[in-house]
Amino acid sequence: MGDISQRLIDQVNTAAMDGTALNIVGRGTKEFLGRTPVGQAIRIAQHSGIVDYLPVELVITVRAGTSLEDLVAALDEHDQMLSFEPPTFGGKASIGGTLACNLSGPARPWSGGIRDSVLGIHLINGKGEHLTFGGQVLKNVAGYDVSKLQAGAMGALGIVTEVSLKVMPKPAATLTMVRNIDVDRAIETMNRTAGKYNALTGACWLEHNMYLRFSGARSAVKQASTKCTGEILDSGDDFWHDLREMQLDFFERAGSLWRFSLKSTSGHFRADERWLIDWAGALRWLHPGPDTNGIERKGLEQAAVAANGQATLFRGGDRNDEVFHTQTETAMKIHRRLKSAFDPNGLFNRGRLYSWL
Amino acid sequence: MTDTQKLGKAELAAMFAAFIDPAYVIDDSETQRPYECDGLSIYCEMPLLVVLPETVPQAQRVMQICHQHKIPLVARGAGTGLSGGAMPNSEGVLLSLAKFDQILEIDPLARTARVQPGVRNLAISEAVAQYGLFYGPDPSSQIACTIGGNVAENSGGIHCLKYGLTVHNVLKLEILTAEGERLVIGSEGLDAAGFDLLALMNGSEGLLGVVTEITVKLLSLPEQSQVVMAAFDSVELAGNAVGEVISQGIVPAALEMMDSHAIKAAESFAKAGYPTDAAALLLCELDGVEEEVAEQTDRVDTLFRSLGAMSTQVSRSQEEKALLWKGRKSAFPAMGRISPDYYCMDGTIPRSQLAYVLIEMEKMSARYDLRVANVFHAGDGNLHPLILFDASVPGEIEKAEELGGKILELCVAVGGCITGEHGVGVEKLRQMPAQFSDRELEQFHRIKSAFDPSGILNPGKGVPDLKRCQEYRSIDFAANKSSRGETR
Repeated sequence: MGDISQRLIDQVNTAAMDGTALNIVGRGTKEFLGRTPVGQAIRIAQHSGIVDYLPVELVITVRAGTSLEDLVAALDEHDQMLSFEPPTFGGKASIGGTLACNLSGPARPWSGGIRDSVLGIHLINGKGEHLTFGGQVLKNVAGYDVSKLQAGAMGALGIVTEVSLKVMPKPAATLTMVRNIDVDRAIETMNRTAGKYNALTGACWLEHNMYLRFSGARSAVKQASTKCTGEILDSGDDFWHDLREMQLDFFERAGSLWRFSLKSTSGHFRADERWLIDWAGALRWLHPGPDTNGIERKGLEQAAVAANGQATLFRGGDRNDEVFHTQTETAMKIHRRLKSAFDPNGLFNRGRLYSWL
Repeated sequence: MTDTQKLGKAELAAMFAAFIDPAYVIDDSETQRPYECDGLSIYCEMPLLVVLPETVPQAQRVMQICHQHKIPLVARGAGTGLSGGAMPNSEGVLLSLAKFDQILEIDPLARTARVQPGVRNLAISEAVAQYGLFYGPDPSSQIACTIGGNVAENSGGIHCLKYGLTVHNVLKLEILTAEGERLVIGSEGLDAAGFDLLALMNGSEGLLGVVTEITVKLLSLPEQSQVVMAAFDSVELAGNAVGEVISQGIVPAALEMMDSHAIKAAESFAKAGYPTDAAALLLCELDGVEEEVAEQTDRVDTLFRSLGAMSTQVSRSQEEKALLWKGRKSAFPAMGRISPDYYCMDGTIPRSQLAYVLIEMEKMSARYDLRVANVFHAGDGNLHPLILFDASVPGEIEKAEELGGKILELCVAVGGCITGEHGVGVEKLRQMPAQFSDRELEQFHRIKSAFDPSGILNPGKGVPDLKRCQEYRSIDFAANKSSRGETR
C-alpha cells in the first residue's frame, strides 16, 4: 500500500524510449475482458490506499490499485456505498480496473454507472506526464471531462493513478419481489414500474421469474411493495449480490457470453436461447446456442442495432478478433486521434479495445 | 488561412444563400445586433455572418464550407449562457440552432425523448408531464435556455444532487464534426462501446462539434415534495447543518443557501416570509412518496432545530412551497433593487470549506469596496457569489471582474473549481491556469485537435493559449510582489 506513481512514470518513460508496448494490470481480475492483452505488464496493485474520505462530502479519493474490498470496507463504516454496484470479483478487483472497464451493477439505471460517479482522476499519459483532471466536487465544468472519458477506455488513454468518486448513503430498507412471468410481459412490466415514482433500484428477469428490488426510506419501500404483484423474496439480497458478482448459475455456463446494451423496451429476440435480462431491459446477457459457435458476431450486432443498442462479446470466443461493437468510420477516426492525443506512441493497452486502436 | 482571405463576406453570404433561405443569412449589422453577445453582455463582438439553417443537411453544408475555408464557426442556442461562450467571432460565422425547435419523439414507456437542440429545457418537462415524467436538470434559465446549449455547458440546476447534471441525463447525441461529418455518440442503451465521447461532448462549450439531435432520459415525477426553511444567525451553523442532513443519509432533491444580502433582497422582492434578520437561510426540498416526504421533512426540521436554527418552517401545501421557492428563484433579479448591476460567479467548493470561503469573501468584498451577495447550491457545493457594482462608475466593471477572478482562485485554493455550471467561455480563461497546469491545458488542446484539427469551432474559448497563461502568471507574480511591498 502506498504511492508508487514515480515508479510508474519512470516505467512509462522507459517504455516510450524503448518503444515497448505496456499492458496495464490492476489486480488481474478482468484479464478475460476486451481483446487479448499484449505488451509488458505494468502493475498498479501496489499503488493503493485511501487518500481522502470525508463522509459529509459524499466523496472518496483512492489510489487506482485499491481493491474494492478495502474501498467498500471504508464506506461501510459510515453506512455509505458505491451506488453503481460494481462487480467486485470477490472483493479483489481494483477501482482503476473497474473504471477502465466501465462495470456497473443492477442499480445502474437508477443510480448511474461508474462514469456517473467519477468526479476526478490523476492520469499518467503516454508522455509520462502525471496530470490531474476534475476534482472532488460534484459540479465542475472547467475543461473537458477527462475523468468520465476513462470509463470504458480499457486503459487506452493512460494509467489512471487516482480516482475521486461520489458515494451515497446506504438505503434504510431494501425489499425484493419475485413473480413468475413470461419474458415479453416482464420487459413491459419492468419498464412500466420504472416509469412510476417508487423506490425501484433493480429489475431483472431470469428463467420465467421477474425480480424487482425496492430500496430507500422504509415508508417508500413498504408502499412500493404493496402496489406490486408478486411475493416477497426473503433471500433477495443474495440474489442481487450474485447477479452483481456474476455468480448466478446463468453465468457459470461455459462458452461465449454476449452482453447487449439496448433500449430498455426493445422486444425479446432469439427467444430459444438462454437470456438474462437486467436493468429493466437495458442490459441483456446471452449464451448463444451451441450451433452458433463463433460464427455470428455480425448477426448479433445487427440484432443489437435493430434493438437500438450494441453487442459485445463479454467472455469467451475468439479474443484476437474484435469483441466490442463495431464503430463507424467517423467514430474510428475520432478514436484514433484521441488515442494519439493522450498516447502519441501507442504505448498503452495496444489493441485491447479494438484491433485498430 | 489563404482560403479565408480569398473568400469575402459577400461571397460567403452568397454561397450560404444558395442552399439556405436568404432571409436566414444575415449580413447587416442591425439584424445581427441581437447576436453580439450571450447572457454575459460585457463581452460583445459582431460576427461576419449569422446563419439560421433549417435542416441538418443545411447545417452540415455550412460546416463543410467553414471547414474548407478555415472560417471560425460559433454555434448558438438561446444565448442565455453566462460565460460568453456564444460570443461571436468577428471573422466567423455564427450558427444559430434556433430553427431546430422540434420535439421529435417521446417514448413514455422507455422514458426517453428525442429532441432537436433548439428545444427549450422547460418545454421537454412540460411535454412529458402528462406521462408523469420530467427532465431532470433545471438550470434557472430553464424557461428560455435550450437543450443544445445545456449539452454544451453541461448545465445543472437546483436538483443536481439527486437528479444529476446534463451529462447524467443524455443518452445519445447526433453531432456534426468540425469537418462536417455526421456522428452518432452514445446509444439508446445505458452505455456504448469505445471512448465515452458523450462525457467529452457534455460541457465542451461548442469546441468539439455541433449537436443536431439529443436523446434524453426522463425521470418519473415524485408523488410529493415539500420544503423545510431554516434560518441561522451564522453562516457557519448553516454550513454545518448542510453536512449533517447528508450525514443522516437523507438525499434532498434540493438544498439551497442564501446569505444575509441575498435574503434581504429576495424578501423585499418576493415577500416570501424570509426572516430578514438571519445571517443565513437554508431551503431543503424533499421529494418522494407521500409518507416518505412527511417523515423526512419532520426529521430535517428537527435536525435543523437541534443544530441551532433560529426558526424553521415546513411548507404544508404546494402554494406554501412555491412561495418559499419564489424568493430563492427571484434572488438574481431581486439584486436589481439593491444594485444597478451585478456580476454572477460560479465557483464550486467542498461543502466543508463553506464558512471559511464566505468569511474570506467578506474580507475581499471590503478590500474592493464592492458588496457580494451569496446564493449557494449547498447540496452540491456550487457557489454563486453576486458581485454588486455600478457600471456607470468608471472602473467598477474592471474592479468587479478582478474581484470575481480572486473569488474563483479562492475556490480552487480550497479544493474546488472555477466553474460549476456556467462554463469557461471567454470569461474565465484568465482563471484556467489557477486550476490547471500548462501540461493539463496542453492535453485539453490536443483533445480539441482530435475533434477539430483546424481549430475552427468556437476558437479562443474554453481553454486559454499557453502563451496567454504565461502572461497571466507574470502579471499575477508582479501584482503579488507589489501587494506584499505595500503591506510592509
